[in-house]
Amino acid sequence: MALRAAHLLGIEALAPDEITYLLDLSDSYVDLNRQAVKHADVLAGLTQVNMFFEASTRTQASFELAGKRLGADVMNMAMQASSIKKGETLIDTAMTLNAMHPDLLVVRHPHSGAVNLLAEKVNCAVLNAGDGRHEHPTQALLDALTIRRAKGRLHRLTVAICGDIAHSRVARSNILLLGKMENRVRLIGPPTLIPSGAADWGVEVYQDMAEGLAGADVVMMLRLQKERMDGAFIPSEREYYHRFGLDRAKLSHAKEDAIVMHPGPMNRGVEIDGTLADDINRSVIQEQVEMGVAVRMAAMDALARGRKERAQ
Amino acid sequence: MTAILLTNARLIDPGAMTEGAGEVLIVDGKIAARGSVEADIVIDCGGKCLAPGIVDIGVKVSEPGERHKESFRTAGAAAAAGGVTTMVTRPDTDPAIDNPETLEFVTRRANEDSPVRVMPMAALTRDRAGREMAEIGFLLDAGAVAFTDADHVVESTRVMSRCLTYATSLGALVIGHPQDPGLSRGAAATSGKFASLKGLPSVSPQAERMGLDRDLALIEMTGARYHADQITTARALRRLERAKEMGLDVTAGISIHHLTLNEFDVGDYRTFFKVKPPLRSEDDRRACVEAIASGLIDIISSMHTPQDEESKRLPFEEAASGAVALETVLPAALRLYHSGELTLPQIFRALSRNPADRLGLPTGRLDTGAPADLVLFDPDAPFVLDRFSLRSKSKNTPFDGARMQGRVLGTWVGGAQVFDRASEVG
Repeated sequence: MALRAAHLLGIEALAPDEITYLLDLSDSYVDLNRQAVKHADVLAGLTQVNMFFEASTRTQASFELAGKRLGADVMNMAMQASSIKKGETLIDTAMTLNAMHPDLLVVRHPHSGAVNLLAEKVNCAVLNAGDGRHEHPTQALLDALTIRRAKGRLHRLTVAICGDIAHSRVARSNILLLGKMENRVRLIGPPTLIPSGAADWGVEVYQDMAEGLAGADVVMMLRLQKERMDGAFIPSEREYYHRFGLDRAKLSHAKEDAIVMHPGPMNRGVEIDGTLADDINRSVIQEQVEMGVAVRMAAMDALARGRKERAQ
Repeated sequence: MTAILLTNARLIDPGAMTEGAGEVLIVDGKIAARGSVEADIVIDCGGKCLAPGIVDIGVKVSEPGERHKESFRTAGAAAAAGGVTTMVTRPDTDPAIDNPETLEFVTRRANEDSPVRVMPMAALTRDRAGREMAEIGFLLDAGAVAFTDADHVVESTRVMSRCLTYATSLGALVIGHPQDPGLSRGAAATSGKFASLKGLPSVSPQAERMGLDRDLALIEMTGARYHADQITTARALRRLERAKEMGLDVTAGISIHHLTLNEFDVGDYRTFFKVKPPLRSEDDRRACVEAIASGLIDIISSMHTPQDEESKRLPFEEAASGAVALETVLPAALRLYHSGELTLPQIFRALSRNPADRLGLPTGRLDTGAPADLVLFDPDAPFVLDRFSLRSKSKNTPFDGARMQGRVLGTWVGGAQVFDRASEVG
């Protein structure tokens, strides 16, 4: 099996069987990554370019490592520093890259839809590493893998996503994925950070942590951008922490075995209590990072297989 | 003196609100009483529709400043082919048309190159910046037919109230863009499920109502003559209705795109569908179509806004707003005729009669003595639109590849034929 589409632009286009396929493939890469020699040469001879129009250390490192473990030639391009300042448009950049014949293009961009635009213009497989507040598919997949391994299943779970939903591509991709796999999704946050129309997404919306967390199997915290005070979204960090920051008291409303997740990087003491984040009995934040590399290996492997099949 | 008889036509008369078989006699560029003179030329319309030419309020002709996007020659050719006999041009050029010298340049260029009439509008405030008043008196003398900052809202209520007061003393028409500036800043879509899923910065449809509320309060204060360029939401329509009931001198328009497309048409970040204000929900669109039928919304415009490929081939948020529509305004409006939502007289009341009346022009009617500005069209002729076949320099139409029904066959301005499809190549 391979992915039906030539690119991985979002969860929206994936069917449930494709999600399961990617997660199964990821499981095999988790095993590989835990061995002493962590190499599988399925991407040998292929070129992977990481184009990040928005600064990122963690995601870029994860993609780089994933590519290298699969034997690809990996090149990193920090786009915010180079041609953008010289006035080059996104499409010019894409055409320039296209001429270098990459096989996999990993793109992060600050504007929603920018990765879709790029995918229309290049010949290689494009992998969305986050576009604006639209989608971040590999994050949703790694979250799903983490949940599936911790809970033994990825259906009929109650998942609470908490915090700045409005500006979060992680939330959107997770809502789509968890919905496709038939889970119950709740959004919890101040109304200023809940996007308009969210109630029509097939989710439940709460403005109170105790109510929203009641009976939850999974608690996903989102990062609060420090700039949000400027736009008058919330009054202050301390009030936000008091009402929406995850601590043991709020977590006690969730199921006893509920797991705590965070896509990182964390603001300790803003959206999550530091000791809770480090509690290995509740927090799976470190596992998420580990799963990230495996999921990205699986996604790139699947895209490369699809390319090969289409070429034949 | 040549007399032309357009015979065997289906006359669409938005004055009498009738349609039926008839003929039009043109003498000296004006519509003459039937049988008053012997016709030198007889044109058989073949039973097709003959209506007063479109008076299009809010056309952007990119001169001065961005002639690579559109010129008076290309816009004029597009207008003629689209049945638009009067282009009422916007002042949001570079520089803005905010002084009589620039206005004179525009008038001269229009006279040189445009086959259709051009009536320029001028900016309400200097540089459309909303701080100092433009020279409304001088501009009026130089031929400005209305005053508008186009898609810029005059944010300061104080400045707006003074502009309205001053304009009122001169009898000038002010055209506003009702929108709350704070809520709409940076928005690329109408807020709701679709915009949120696509992750686009969005504005509540309430922002239009809020902008209109402010302007209506100022009109009540000043007694100004006011036209809202685009009313696109059901909520704002209720305010408009009340203002008209109160007897305020208020009219409203809407772009053809807001009448025929909705927010979902943006689909996968298609930037040709990015317009200002953003496309609305289907409920709002339907409410606006009903408002055209009832006459609550007075005027349909193309809101013709040329953008080059570079300004549209960008991520949606960064892409420029606006769409060209001089050539597509009529076939698009005819979609509403074919769907049974509007009659042809209702469509031409909004396209021709009402805009002419609002600007005090003698056109937009089939009455004896009116200038012979006419459009002959076949409402049923089907075609698939190819954007590269447009006469506009810019090809940014949301109707690329769309199946449309209704083609302009001929256009006359002051009795002179400026477009004839039969003589077109291809």
